[in-house]
Amino acid sequence: MFTYTLRRLLSALPVLLGVSALSFSLLAFVPGDPVDIMLGDQAATADKDALRRELGLDRPFGERLAGFYSGLSRLDLGRSLQSRRPVSEEILERVPATIELTLGAMFLALSIGIPFGVLAAVRRHSWVEKAALAYGLVGMSTPGFWLGPMLILGFAIQLDWLPVSERGGLEHLVLPSLTLALGLSAILTQVTRASMIEVVREDYVNVARAKGLRPFKIWFKHALANAMMPIITIIGLQFGALLTGTVIVETIFDWPGVGTLLFQAIQQRNYPLVQGCVLLIATTYVVVNLITDLAYAAANPKVRLG
Amino acid sequence: MKRLKPKFYIGIILILITSFLAVFAPQIAQHDPTAMDLSKRHESPTSENWMGRDQNGADVFAQVAYGARVSLRVAFTVVLLSAAIGLIIGSLAGYVGGWADNLIMRFLDMFYAFPGFLLALSLVAVLGPSIGNLIFAMCITGWTGFARLVRGEVLHLKNREYVTGATAAGAGPMRILTRHIWPNLFGILVVQMTFGMSGTIITESGLSFLGLGAPPTVPTWGQLLNSGRRILVEAPHVSLFPGLAILILVLGFNLVGDGLRDWLNPRSAN
Repeated sequence: MFTYTLRRLLSALPVLLGVSALSFSLLAFVPGDPVDIMLGDQAATADKDALRRELGLDRPFGERLAGFYSGLSRLDLGRSLQSRRPVSEEILERVPATIELTLGAMFLALSIGIPFGVLAAVRRHSWVEKAALAYGLVGMSTPGFWLGPMLILGFAIQLDWLPVSERGGLEHLVLPSLTLALGLSAILTQVTRASMIEVVREDYVNVARAKGLRPFKIWFKHALANAMMPIITIIGLQFGALLTGTVIVETIFDWPGVGTLLFQAIQQRNYPLVQGCVLLIATTYVVVNLITDLAYAAANPKVRLG
Repeated sequence: MKRLKPKFYIGIILILITSFLAVFAPQIAQHDPTAMDLSKRHESPTSENWMGRDQNGADVFAQVAYGARVSLRVAFTVVLLSAAIGLIIGSLAGYVGGWADNLIMRFLDMFYAFPGFLLALSLVAVLGPSIGNLIFAMCITGWTGFARLVRGEVLHLKNREYVTGATAAGAGPMRILTRHIWPNLFGILVVQMTFGMSGTIITESGLSFLGLGAPPTVPTWGQLLNSGRRILVEAPHVSLFPGLAILILVLGFNLVGDGLRDWLNPRSAN
């Protein structure tokens, strides 16, 4: 396990370097002079020159990239254009809200997707399976930027059960995390069902049955444990969609997280802040995938020895 | 030959309905999607305006119909371009192998580590809103999936006996790829492209929803939803209908993709 962990950590390094280089290179895609776009055409030449120096645009790309990495090693991502505060500081104060939302969504997705998938697999051709299949397809096809407003309309405006927006107690978390969770819960339902169908055919399930174990215990304890591999994989892969989904969901619900920060930064053409947010989200995704791979290897010797 | 399941045909019907709406938008919609009438803003659906009117008094149905044109055209372009790029680069990696494969795969890893929507979002954000930039950004994120898929299949196929036979008979690499390998990729490519359509439609609408997709002058579903969410109380119909349109079209492509996949690979259907 140790060598596998080491190998996997080493292989993540070039990916992290690539991801950060990619977020850094974003500025190169700005058509025309980025400084003109950030400050507007009418800005004073002295201000423009100062910003150009601050962003290193007067230096060659290679030198700038090296500067970016040396700054990164000190967690220095430059200053936000409008507020003049360090980018890392502005992002960090938004992180807890996004973690709260993402964890809420992950909790909902798992507690909907896994039981639904398990029941669909053990009750083949029943209405439960039909419902799970339909839920998988419709859930995957429903855009969050439509579901969000519809949930607000139904549960916050019409029924007045839950708050419309903003962060607060648990009741504030329900609608945004449900909006964010729908897609993942649909995929989890499909994957859990498919994986469980393979597993419940195995002999040990019959043995457990013959021993007189209660079916519920067999499904959710013994069989599910063996069906977890594809489920873990898909959670890791879909985590990126969950993270980027926060941009849309946070915007809909006025949630003060990294997603709304990124969206505001884009609107204000605050490129250093855009780069910082993009870098944080992409890095988190790489790290989560690393953790998923390690969890996968810990559970399955074939992976780490193969 | 195994028969296609009903879900495939349901999907086809959903896609056809939306395509019909897109193609005949000027004939079906009795109103100009941009014609405003502030005296009738937020008006609920009537026999005159089937989906009501928006915050400017413009007809929602006309905007949904013209929005279908944008979504379908953008998605087709993105999926075709991404599949073509992915096919060429994936074949190169799989067939040539060695350093070319290594180089391409490391490059792909970098893109793969970037969540697709985030990359498209940040590219459109720096490039500025236009249909061309939208297509470019989504192709950049879209081709990697195709390249990976094609590489895997080519690796698997190039060691088959019939390919070795063709090589022994003197066929060059181009001939082997185009005549003996690519025809076998057709099925999985079509499945992947169908799912690519649904993914692209959601991404495009999501970007337009954030105001980063098509320019404001082009009516899109995402943009309609964006203005709709500000007037949820006064005019819920402005949010309801474009979202239903997205759901119908995306569900259509997902059903067709699912149906085709089961048909090509009956084991996956279990």
